[in-house]
Amino acid sequence: MSIELKNASFSYPGGFLANENLTLTIAPGERVAIVGQNGAGKTTCVKMMNGLHKPCDGDVLIDGENTRDFTAAHIARTVGYVFQNPDDQIFNQSVRKEIEYMPRYFKLPDEEIRRRVDRAVALTGLEKYMKKNPFDIPYPIRKFVTIAAVLATEPKYVIFDEPTAGQDKWGTEILEHLMDELEKDGIAVVTITHDMEFVARNFKRVVAMAHKNIIADGTAGEIFGNDAVVEESRILKPQLTILAESLGLPGQILTCEDLVTALTGLN
Amino acid sequence: MALIELQNVTYHYPYVKSAALQDISCTIEEGKFYGIIGENGGGKTSLCNLLRGLIPHFYQGKLEGKVTIAGTDVMEWDTGKLAAKIGYVFQNPFTQISGIKETVFEEIAMGLENLGVPKKEMVDEVLRVMKLLNIEELMEKNPNALSGGQRQRVAFASILAMNSDILVIDEPTSQLDPQGTQDVFEIIQMLKASGKTIILVEHKIDLIARYCDEVIVMQGGRIVKQGPTAEVLSSPELPELGAVAPQVSQFGHAMAAAGMPLDHIPITIEEAIELIQKQKGAAK
Ligand SMILES: Nc1ncnc2c1ncn2[C@@H]1O[C@H](COP(=O)(O)OP(=O)(O)OP(=O)(O)O)[C@@H](O)[C@H]1O
Ligand SMILES: Nc1ncnc2c1ncn2[C@@H]1O[C@H](COP(=O)(O)OP(=O)(O)O)[C@@H](O)[C@H]1O
Ligand SMILES: [Mg+2]
Ligand SMILES: [Mg+2]
Repeated sequence: MSIELKNASFSYPGGFLANENLTLTIAPGERVAIVGQNGAGKTTCVKMMNGLHKPCDGDVLIDGENTRDFTAAHIARTVGYVFQNPDDQIFNQSVRKEIEYMPRYFKLPDEEIRRRVDRAVALTGLEKYMKKNPFDIPYPIRKFVTIAAVLATEPKYVIFDEPTAGQDKWGTEILEHLMDELEKDGIAVVTITHDMEFVARNFKRVVAMAHKNIIADGTAGEIFGNDAVVEESRILKPQLTILAESLGLPGQILTCEDLVTALTGLN
Repeated sequence: MALIELQNVTYHYPYVKSAALQDISCTIEEGKFYGIIGENGGGKTSLCNLLRGLIPHFYQGKLEGKVTIAGTDVMEWDTGKLAAKIGYVFQNPFTQISGIKETVFEEIAMGLENLGVPKKEMVDEVLRVMKLLNIEELMEKNPNALSGGQRQRVAFASILAMNSDILVIDEPTSQLDPQGTQDVFEIIQMLKASGKTIILVEHKIDLIARYCDEVIVMQGGRIVKQGPTAEVLSSPELPELGAVAPQVSQFGHAMAAAGMPLDHIPITIEEAIELIQKQKGAAK
C-alpha cells in the first residue's frame, strides 16, 4: 500500500520529455517535500501520482492499482492534488460552493458534507471568506480555497504544489498546523516548495529533482549536507545551516533551535 | 532627490467601505532600492498600484492626499508616458502573460513592439534579457506550456526589456527556485547600479536584508514602520507588525533569550559571523 512510481517517464503532447525514469515510493501517512529547480519536472511528477498525467513509459501504482487502468476522477478520491496555480482548479462562484463541490459530487449525506466542509474550513482559516467569489480574494488566500476543496474529499494522500508561494507569516503558520493535523489523521502529505526554511522546519524526508530526474532522496540533513545536490537542484541551504558551516560547527544544524543549542552548549 | 512623494494619501477602491491605504506618507528617492514587506492584505500591492499611477488612472475609487511623481501631480500625468517611465511587474505571474503570443520570444518583445522600437534593437534587447534570466532555451516555447517558475521569469523579462527608469516589482520570485530568486536580486542590484529606482514587494526577508537600502512595513493599509533596512529588520516588534524577521535576526533574539546576547541583532550572515566571533573572543 503506497504511491509507487516505477521507472515512470512522461512526455507532453508535442514530444517534450518532462520526467525521465522516476522511481519513488510514498508510504501512507508519510510527509515528503519535493524541491528543485524551475522546470525540473516536479509538477509533472505529482500529476502522474494522481492520474492527471499517465506515464508514457513505466508504471505508477496507487495502493497497487495501475493509474493506466483508472480515470483521474477515480484516483483523485485516494490522491488529492492541489494545483500550483489556483485559477487552474477553481470553477465555482463562491468559496463555499467550491469546497462543497466534490463531497456533493460524491453524493454524500448532507450531514457528512457539512462535517467535511467545516473541518476543511477550520484547517485553512477560511471562515470569513465563505460567501465570497474565489476570484475576488487575494491569491494566497485563494490557494487555501483550493487546499480546502481537496481536503474536503478526504484523500489518503494529499499533494500540495507550492503552497508556500506568496504566503505571509499567517499563511505559513496555517500550513504548518494543517500538515500536523493531517499527520495525526495518518494522511500522507507531499509538498512541492521552494522555501528551504519551511523544509528545514517541517520535513524529515526530502526529494530533490533536477532536469527531469530525481537526483536525491534522503533526510533534510542529508540533502542540505550534500553540496553537489544543493547546486544541481538549484536549492539553497537554510540560512542558519550556512551560518553554522561558516563557523565550523559540527553536526547537522538546520533550525534556529539547533544553532542556539550548539552555541550555548559550548559554554 | 525625491522621485515620488506621497503625502497623507488615503485610498478606497470603488464600492469598498474600508480604505485599502490609510494616511500614507513616504518619499521614494532616485537611485535607491526599497523593499515593501508585511502581511497579506496589508496594502502592499495597493501601494504599488499607487506608485505606478494605476491608482487613480486605472482603478477609480476615492483618492485623498497628494501624489507627486517626478515633480508632477499624478493626476496630470499622461498614462502612456507614465507606463514608459515606470515598469510594473504584477504580483501574479499567471496573469501577466498576455495569452495572445505564440512564443516566449514574441511575448517578451511585445512591450517593445508596442513602443515602436526598431526590429534589430528589439531583437537584441529581447536576447539580452533572456540571457540575463537564463531562459534562452525557452525562446520557441508557447508561453502557456511553461512551468510556474519559467512563466514568472518570462513576465519579469518582458518588463526588464522595457528599460524604464523606475521599476515597481510585486513579488517577482514567488514561484522561483532559491538560486533563481537570488539571481533576480542580483539583477535588481545591477539595475540599481545603473541608476534605476527600485520598489520591490517581497516575503523573502533574508534577501531583503542583504540587498535593500530602505524597508517599508505595511499592515492594515498603513505604513507601520519605515527606515534603513538594518534598523527596521532588527526591530523586535517586527512579528507584531505582521512581518517575519530574517533568520539570523531571529537567531540573534533567541541568543538573547538564552542568556548569551550578541552585541546587537544581525540581519545578514556575514554580520552574524562577526558578532559570534566577537562574543567568543570576549568570553576568553
Ligand atoms: N503543457 C506543457 N507542454 C509542454 N511542455 C510543458 C508543459 N508543461 C510543462 N512543460 C515543460 O515541462 C518541464 C517540467 O515542467 P514542470 O511544470 O513539471 O516543472 P516544475 O518542476 O514544476 O517547475 P516550477 O518549479 O517552475 O513549477 C518544463 O521544462 C516545462 O517547460
Ligand atoms: N481591486 C481591488 N478592489 C477592491 N479591493 C481591493 C482590490 N485590490 C485590493 N483590495 C483590498 O485592499 C486591501 C489591500 O490589499 P493589497 O494591496 O492587495 O494587499 P497586499 O498586497 O499587501 O496583500 C485588501 O483589503 C484587499 O482586499
Ligand atoms: Mg511546478
Ligand atoms: Mg499583494
